[in-house]
Amino acid sequence: MTGPLLAIENLTRDYVLRAKGGATRSLRAVDGVSLAVEAGSIFAVVGESGCGKSTLARIVMALDRPTGGTVRLGGDDLFALSPKALARKRRDVQMVFQDPYGSLNPRHSVGRIVAEPLHLLDDAPKGRDRTALVVRALEDVGLPAHAAERYPHEFSGGQRQRIAIARALITNPKLVVADEAVSALDLSIQAQILRLILSLRDRHGLTVLFITHNIGVVDEIADRVGVMQAGRLVETGTVREVLDHPREDYTRTLLAAEPTLAGLGQRRRRA
Amino acid sequence: MTARAVKLRRGWRPGSVPLLVGGILTALLVGIALTSLVWTPADPARMRILQKLKAPLVSGLLGTDQLGRDVASMLMRGAFNSLTTAFAAVGLGAVLGTLAGVAAAANHTLDAVLMRICDALFALPPILSAIMLGALLGPGALTAIVAIGVFMIPVFARVSRGAAMQIWARDYIMAARMAGKGTARITLEHVLPNISAQVIVQVTIQLAMAILTEAGLSFLGLGLPPPAPTWGRMLAEAQTYLLQAPHLALAPGLAIAAAVLGLNLLGDGLAARLDPRRRQAT
Repeated sequence: MTGPLLAIENLTRDYVLRAKGGATRSLRAVDGVSLAVEAGSIFAVVGESGCGKSTLARIVMALDRPTGGTVRLGGDDLFALSPKALARKRRDVQMVFQDPYGSLNPRHSVGRIVAEPLHLLDDAPKGRDRTALVVRALEDVGLPAHAAERYPHEFSGGQRQRIAIARALITNPKLVVADEAVSALDLSIQAQILRLILSLRDRHGLTVLFITHNIGVVDEIADRVGVMQAGRLVETGTVREVLDHPREDYTRTLLAAEPTLAGLGQRRRRA
Repeated sequence: MTARAVKLRRGWRPGSVPLLVGGILTALLVGIALTSLVWTPADPARMRILQKLKAPLVSGLLGTDQLGRDVASMLMRGAFNSLTTAFAAVGLGAVLGTLAGVAAAANHTLDAVLMRICDALFALPPILSAIMLGALLGPGALTAIVAIGVFMIPVFARVSRGAAMQIWARDYIMAARMAGKGTARITLEHVLPNISAQVIVQVTIQLAMAILTEAGLSFLGLGLPPPAPTWGRMLAEAQTYLLQAPHLALAPGLAIAAAVLGLNLLGDGLAARLDPRRRQAT
């Protein structure tokens, strides 16, 4: 395969808002966004709430349709595929959500939750093979095999997010979209999950589209970053370029808003 | 399930008192109803005219009625008749209503149609409609079951629709969609298990309502036909003898009150125990 794994071209998404008296108004949530993510790299999209980054994530997941533009995954335009081909494509892209309390069905065992995306596979393993796959996915994210028989409420937030990551990895996806995947966690747990994502990238060559409002997290994890403001991607570049020499005022505002703990020695460690 | 069983033993939690009292009353009701199938102090239909209108303990535990039938035995068999009608009616309402509710929550077009049908059903007065149904089908168990059950459909539809809509907004539903699962499958695997608690609570509360309505219908002569004893008809027949034999009215009256109270308390206790918002407070 040549070219980037994920290529977004001129992506636009309008939402039609119905006002009183039948008048309609349209809201452009994503406005002409183009970006490319190389296989095996971590691309962060950073911006404040409401800037359209979650809409972008939903479109990349093919859970929403764009108004204009294309999303190519491994060269194929997601929205030009037949429903059947799209269903087959879904195994290549999975998602990790922000809230590990809302993203796991409390009535399902962890094993059942982790195995759910196997539904996408025509030749999904059954019985013992399936269990083995679930156990491997759990161990991959640092959870013991017996976690499979337990239920989400028995786990902490960080462990739940590990379960969500195991679920995202079970189909061996090429791309994982992490939508604010660490924002709901304590700082120390955030660091653990970020380290886990980095190690999964190194071990499996995973490509990650990492969506966050926290520019400090970007510094920890991403190779490249795109800064989003009001639906537009205002600045794109490597993390070093963008964080050390921001060209846009908006990026500088985001950087200035980031609280720092002086002397912690954690920041810039990847420089 | 085992985790919940363990939790139940951990002292008093919200809803413990209503749950306990309601549970005991309901267990008593069900126990008496089931016992009446194999044993009653006397045949509830046997008339002994010479023994008529005896006071409690003079003849039998609760005395006899105007035809000399044993009140305690009639009360026991009446509990069974009331409960089976109520269960069948609530079953009808719960199954159809929950189906309509989850279908409405999953599909916008269906939502508009089903909810308008529910509005229309809500607009009909249940007792009057039951009288009409009685005229149509003739009095009997089926009339009572359909008349009570049909009016419970919108209740269950609204409860399950609201609960299901909350579930549809959860991230695990989106995860299931990413796993390529369709609406029906997601409803079955994710929505129904997560709204079952609310539906069960509603079943308990509606059982109380159904017992009350069933008593009302048999009071009006639209329930099970004689000689099958029902609490409602016992009350109706007791009216004439209210001064002579007040125990004839008191016995079924208190039985209805205890059954409705027990089921309501049980529903209330279950709601406190199962409602995630109230549970988080502990």
